[in-house]
Amino acid sequence: MVVKKQPDLTYKDVTPKAFYMGRRNFLLGLLVTLGAVEAWKKLPAVLAGAGTGSVPVKLSGYTKWPGSTTEQETPIEKVTTYNNFYEFGTDKGDPSQNAKNFVTTPWTVSVEGECAKPRKYSMDDIMKLAPLEERIYRHRCVEGWSIVVPWIGYSLSAILKLAEPGPKAKYVAFESYYDPKQMPLARSSGIQLPYVEGLRLDEAMNPLTLLCVGMYGETLPNQDGAPVRLVIPWKYGFKSIKSLVRIRFVKDMPDTTWNLYASNEYGFYSNVNPNVDHPRWSQATERRLGPGLGLFTRRIPTLMFNGYADQVASMYAGMDLRKNY
Amino acid sequence: MNQILTSKWTKVVVFPLCLAPLGWLVWRGLHDDLTADPIAFITHTTGDWTLRFVVITLAITPLRKILRLPQLIRFRRMFGLFAFFYAFLHFSTWIGLDKFFAWSEMWKDVEKRRFITVGFTGFVLLIPLAITSTAGWIRRLGGKRWQMLHRLIYVTAVLGVIHYYWLVKSDVRKPLVYAFLVGMLLAWRLGVWLIGRRGQPVSGSVRPPAATAESA
Repeated sequence: MVVKKQPDLTYKDVTPKAFYMGRRNFLLGLLVTLGAVEAWKKLPAVLAGAGTGSVPVKLSGYTKWPGSTTEQETPIEKVTTYNNFYEFGTDKGDPSQNAKNFVTTPWTVSVEGECAKPRKYSMDDIMKLAPLEERIYRHRCVEGWSIVVPWIGYSLSAILKLAEPGPKAKYVAFESYYDPKQMPLARSSGIQLPYVEGLRLDEAMNPLTLLCVGMYGETLPNQDGAPVRLVIPWKYGFKSIKSLVRIRFVKDMPDTTWNLYASNEYGFYSNVNPNVDHPRWSQATERRLGPGLGLFTRRIPTLMFNGYADQVASMYAGMDLRKNY
Repeated sequence: MNQILTSKWTKVVVFPLCLAPLGWLVWRGLHDDLTADPIAFITHTTGDWTLRFVVITLAITPLRKILRLPQLIRFRRMFGLFAFFYAFLHFSTWIGLDKFFAWSEMWKDVEKRRFITVGFTGFVLLIPLAITSTAGWIRRLGGKRWQMLHRLIYVTAVLGVIHYYWLVKSDVRKPLVYAFLVGMLLAWRLGVWLIGRRGQPVSGSVRPPAATAESA
């Protein structure tokens, strides 16, 4: 075997002086470039006049709901920086940046449709309509991650009962606030807006279905659906509509946004079900977002109805959940 | 320009720049800043950079011709290997961090989920290219055969774009940008090939003898 002897270093190999002397400038240039990129990313928020939007305030006088899970809560920083709220951008980090200027006062929720007492409720009305409870729920996203959140609110049934739904009311349709001026990124989300959702009347009346006005002891941050949203813990997260403005009792199964977008992937029911896969990925396991970096967090098994089978399974007795996904 | 390109220092600068995305990830990891779902974030970032390096690698030949900068060829192998490097990180993140070496579950995904099937295929096709990227392998295979083999990158590029397009939920703008870039770069090659074919209809030799490994 021939071993080639490497020639010793010659003058040719010496680092040119300019390059050697320039390494600090190079590093400085790199820093300036990175800084400029960051500044550029923040530009839209600055142009829109940062700091004009609604911010969370402390809530008091709520009681602790006895049914809360004792699992470890997801830190608030994660729940407020990792959001699917396509009106404010489709990246998980977008809503926390772009919803800063979202103004949620004044706010009204209209209850209408097949009922005896339709009415428009102000946010003040909603806050006083029933005693507030803190309920710690598991929240499972259709994408395969989950969080544990202390929500604040009361059962949706409280407001629904006041409306006295009529015999024709079989379903309840929900609609999110939509204002392209406040939501400049909404048009490129790819989904039809305003965001609409729906439940069967019995699902909407189930005590677990939460009309939610706060989390972690405060009112809802904009990116998490301020000022009022639904939380339906046994269904995939996209069913839990944010920034709610309309509740309508209807006769027929209402349109729902993700079902309109891809009906083979997102059904009307969308109950959490480890045995029925999304066409593109398995729903058998989930990644729980907890405290810490979470780089080496193992996936955990997903539970039927997200662990709320005792409270909700009876509503689906006799139904083929593969067909009614 | 050619002088800058032929300087040995250019590679010394370009190489760490290609590593910067990884450095950025490590930096953010050390500062607990990998979003609430770090595994998803690393997967997406490394996937993004794989596609970027595939596009850069495919752009070398058209840019050499259009800008008359033949020396750009010096960087093609490096960019191609970085595409493989980020694809490898992307794939390893899926295996090690996301699925935690649950082999049977992963194989089921490869079989069953079409976006994983195409992504996996695209990655596997890069392996022979990475192995045969050395001068020794070009010699062993012969320029022409080597060149044929390395056209697999066209397949990987297309599969990579499809992989991305199929996995996003509704906002297809980014996958479409990659689709456009890859489409343009492949269309350019198709154009060159068609013109070349018309230029010499009966000569027997498919390509001019000057065609070497460097002109793919």
